[in-house]
Amino acid sequence: MTKKLYLYEQFERFWHWSQALLIFLLAFTGFEIHGCYSLIGFDNAVLIHDGAAYTLIALIAFAIFWHITTGEWKQYVPTTEKFVAQIQYYMSGIFKGDPHPTHKSRARKFNPLQAVTYLAFKVLIIPLLLASGVVYMLIGGPLGDTWRAPIGIIHTFGAFVVIAFVIVHVYMTTTGDTVFSNIKAMIFGYEEVPEDYDEDSSH
Amino acid sequence: MAKGVVSTIAFFLLMACVPAFAGMADHSKFPELQKKFSKPQEVTKACLQCHTEAGKDIMKTSHWTWSRKTKNMPGKRGTIIELGKKNVINNFCIGVASNEPRCTSCHIGYGWKDKKFEFNKEANVDCLVCHEQTGTYKKFPTKAGLPAEKDTMFKGKTLFKAPDYNKVAQSVGTPTRKNCGTCHFYGGGANAVKHGTLDKSLNNGSKALDVHMGVDGANMKCVDCHSAEKHDIKGQLYSVSAEDRDRVNCETCHSEKPHTSKVFIENHEGRAMGDYKTKLEESKAPEATKLHKMLDSHSKKIACQTCHIPIYSKKHYTKTWWDWSTAGKFKKDVNGNFIKKNGKKVGVVKWKMKDGKKQYMTYHFMKGDFEYGKNLVPEYYWFNGNANHLFFGSKFDPKDAPIEINKIEGDYSDPKSKIWPMKVMKGRQIYDSVNNTFVQPKLFGKKGSGAFWKAYNWGKAAELGMKYAGYEYSGKFDFIETRMYWPLAHMVSSKEESLKCIDCHSRNGRLASLPTNWLPGKDRSLVLDILGLLMVLGSLAGVSIHTVLRYLGNKKRGGE
Repeated sequence: MTKKLYLYEQFERFWHWSQALLIFLLAFTGFEIHGCYSLIGFDNAVLIHDGAAYTLIALIAFAIFWHITTGEWKQYVPTTEKFVAQIQYYMSGIFKGDPHPTHKSRARKFNPLQAVTYLAFKVLIIPLLLASGVVYMLIGGPLGDTWRAPIGIIHTFGAFVVIAFVIVHVYMTTTGDTVFSNIKAMIFGYEEVPEDYDEDSSH
Repeated sequence: MAKGVVSTIAFFLLMACVPAFAGMADHSKFPELQKKFSKPQEVTKACLQCHTEAGKDIMKTSHWTWSRKTKNMPGKRGTIIELGKKNVINNFCIGVASNEPRCTSCHIGYGWKDKKFEFNKEANVDCLVCHEQTGTYKKFPTKAGLPAEKDTMFKGKTLFKAPDYNKVAQSVGTPTRKNCGTCHFYGGGANAVKHGTLDKSLNNGSKALDVHMGVDGANMKCVDCHSAEKHDIKGQLYSVSAEDRDRVNCETCHSEKPHTSKVFIENHEGRAMGDYKTKLEESKAPEATKLHKMLDSHSKKIACQTCHIPIYSKKHYTKTWWDWSTAGKFKKDVNGNFIKKNGKKVGVVKWKMKDGKKQYMTYHFMKGDFEYGKNLVPEYYWFNGNANHLFFGSKFDPKDAPIEINKIEGDYSDPKSKIWPMKVMKGRQIYDSVNNTFVQPKLFGKKGSGAFWKAYNWGKAAELGMKYAGYEYSGKFDFIETRMYWPLAHMVSSKEESLKCIDCHSRNGRLASLPTNWLPGKDRSLVLDILGLLMVLGSLAGVSIHTVLRYLGNKKRGGE
């Protein structure tokens, strides 16, 4: 028997998947602008990149509001508890079929490794990309021309980090109870867990 | 009744003959222009009877003086310098001094054959070459600006007829493209040789050749943009003028935001656009899309010409290389003796052939080796409108060859610089190998004058030219490679033909060799790109290895 564990609210799922789509568009067009390939045309790439950037900024504004008002921001507070155990699990336990060291719950939907990764993603990488992107748009206009190259380099660096993040992130979704259980949860909000799943075992 | 019909027909015939100045004065009715003229100066005097100030006005302009005062030349800022066709060096026919009668066949005057020319004599102004509309008035190529007195053959090939001064003088009107082109299309000795974007194809060109001057479009004349006040015509040739002033700019009509603004025809002083002017006045501004705004933002760093003159010399070959050092070859027979025809040595002339047809000359015994090109891609440089010219007497280090005759000023960090398309004329020319200065050779002259084109002796030609011009000369010469920059501003293509983003925003695009400041698609940090790629590949490798280990672990446990 299984039971349904409600993890992700409607807005959260909408935000996650819109952000995923926007990041895909930004990366796809961004690397065309960077000169890595020529698929949709430079002008189209720039227009889509700009449009996606503005949309993402708006989306993030809503997401920040949601995190603050719902108190969900607390999910990202780093913890040392079971942190090492979580790393050990991914490095060896998972190959031996050991159980997950932490269990999810509505109150604690991320394991300690996830919490710190997503925190870094949200407060370091995305702001770095957004800020450098916005500054880049102001360059040549109100900001003069001097910092064009350093800003461009920072923006490109951020983009590479995001690509690496996405690769690992997508892969990590397969490390749940079943290969697709995490993705299903992100789509439907519920994760199917065994009847005897102890939601508080990690706390 | 019949009389009325005849006079009506006569009237319409008259109007048909003089369409260019219909509505203005009909010069064919002026008694001053009916009398017999035996010399062109007499025509000028007749013009000046009514146009009392025109002579004085035009004599102040560079069309007359071939010189301008400039005090903002890079490297010599603050010093007043006289610079113009009169004393500029180029790598075509090199310089005017001592060669006047030939060069000044394109001066708007009569008789500038040497230093004694009277620049203050109004009657020496040639009104006709710019204003006559019969197309029959021509200055003889070697007569210091004078037309042929009687029908004369030039080089035994081209007939120059003595002008019918009454007909010519009575035809005068606003200068057409053909008037300006008489000189400006033939710079460097023949059609299209010099500029690359000015040649006789513009007389009757299409919109595809030039969006402004195309007869199937706006059909604009040169003077529509190069407007004049008191005969002082706006515009300075970039390759001759050192200072960024009195330029004719696209922005005058097209504004600083050309892709989202309508054409500011009200700023346009043109008189000859007719219906097209009305059409433009009634036109609406283009829709200000994101893309158009983005294009507008380019105008801070990119000259309009860069995108809108994607190729030059669309119809005629322009000269791109001129090696003077090989000039002076004459045909020899198998025994090594000169072949003679009518007692004269026969010079070597070579042509580039294609399908049995002559494309362009590749060698001429008077001038040396040439290279020409058509539909050429410009070179691109940062340019702020100023150029540092080398003069006769300016020292250079031969090790720096090719020597830049007019080193253009600008780079990407200079807020006044924009990327410009240029024709870069390359060649090899004579210089003083002791003083390391350019040599002004005497090329043109009568038999026995010692001119290069008669004696074919560089040493003599150098000595004579330098002495005439008053420059120091050591007596020793050599040849050195030179460059000259010709920023392009004509033969503007339609928007459809203009450059596309990817032409510059790519690694191997048109700006590949130009230093730019993080031009997206072109510039990158190679270190970052390699590290980034390693990070991405590392992540992929990491998850792959992890997958394999999980699979193996699973298998070991019996594939649970």
